[in-house]
Amino acid sequence: MACEEWRKQVDLYLDGELASSEAGALSAHVRECSACAGEMLERVQLKRSVQMAGKRYSPSSELRSKITKQVSARPGARNVRKWRLVLVPVLAMLIAALLLSAYFERERAAQRRVYSELADLHVATLASSTPVDVLSTDRHTVKPWFQGKIPFTFNLPELAGSNFTLLGGRVFYLEQTPGAHLIYQVRKHEISVFILPERAGEMQQLSSGAVDALSFQMDSWTKNGLRYFVVGDASADDIRALSKLLQDAG
Amino acid sequence: MRVPEHQPNAASFEDLALPLFDQLYNFAQWLTQDRTEAEDLVQETFTKALRGFSSFRAGTNFRAWIYRILRNSFLSSRTGLKTMVALDEEGSIELEADSPTPEIRLIEQANREMVQQALERLPVPFREILLLCEVEEMSYQEISETLSIPMGTVMSRLSRARKALRGDLLARREGARHGM
Repeated sequence: MACEEWRKQVDLYLDGELASSEAGALSAHVRECSACAGEMLERVQLKRSVQMAGKRYSPSSELRSKITKQVSARPGARNVRKWRLVLVPVLAMLIAALLLSAYFERERAAQRRVYSELADLHVATLASSTPVDVLSTDRHTVKPWFQGKIPFTFNLPELAGSNFTLLGGRVFYLEQTPGAHLIYQVRKHEISVFILPERAGEMQQLSSGAVDALSFQMDSWTKNGLRYFVVGDASADDIRALSKLLQDAG
Repeated sequence: MRVPEHQPNAASFEDLALPLFDQLYNFAQWLTQDRTEAEDLVQETFTKALRGFSSFRAGTNFRAWIYRILRNSFLSSRTGLKTMVALDEEGSIELEADSPTPEIRLIEQANREMVQQALERLPVPFREILLLCEVEEMSYQEISETLSIPMGTVMSRLSRARKALRGDLLARREGARHGM
């Protein structure tokens, strides 16, 4: 093949577009023909100089940020993923909030049920002709009376020096559990104190603290595995004072 | 650049297009020879490409696709209409053989600035095909897709573009030598 024919292939060769068999033949020729080798070198240099000269313009940072913003703001597959990234925690929080509020709602409902039952017990007991089964103002009489009747024991406060008087006690049942129901009096107001073992179930979910429910003042707390309820129409201060005495004694 | 066929658009537009931003800009300013026009052109290209991305077939050449959008946008611009000269080349697959005169020294002495000026003087069809081939290092197939011309035309136009560039560089050098 004449050199002229070979040279037609030089560009293709340098552009990587020549089939490997032809490329092999061309490079074999160039090794032997200095004129063609010179031609190839010149083409390589031109190619390289265009490559270098061609990398000339750089975009401004303003354009870069504009384009980047435009591209990433696009509604599409990528943004669906981003959207999910936001949605998942939001949904998780919503579900958690719903569960929490359901839990608190259940707790409040249980609390209302227990308090209303205790308020009923308090009213029914006082209305009955025999409010108490052990009629005594002496805690040392009342406390032993419960022995064998309820599956726990408790301490009662010394009332000397206070406005409170112990009227007596009886056994009561709340949710199939026997407990001690004590009745105190302060300034003509009767106050019921309910004591029962704290167990699993609704009772355990009850929060402690004073509440004002059904026009009765109520207080509740747990101590030494016992749940105390104080219910009465006395003032909040009196309820709090009796609660304090019981807490200190228990 | 290839994404699995069964997952169209699995690679996001962002992943495919942003890495090409700098090169697209360089190409745009080579075409327009003006910074503001180049910026407008790149923005127009990204807007069109974003809008048309759903029609881009996954597994085909994204680079050729987006360069084609840029180039077509340029062609329909005012500058593009003026600069794009008609080339009488269809069917001329014949590759030019050059004079045996060694031009090694010419190219050696042609510095970067000289080549840049020579490229600027080239008609846009020659300028763009040289940039796609040498700077973007596109294959003839990619160039054919980008410029929407047959492979034979790619080869002949590239050959003529190189010859024109060499001729320009040589003329300038001769001119310099004779104190022009």
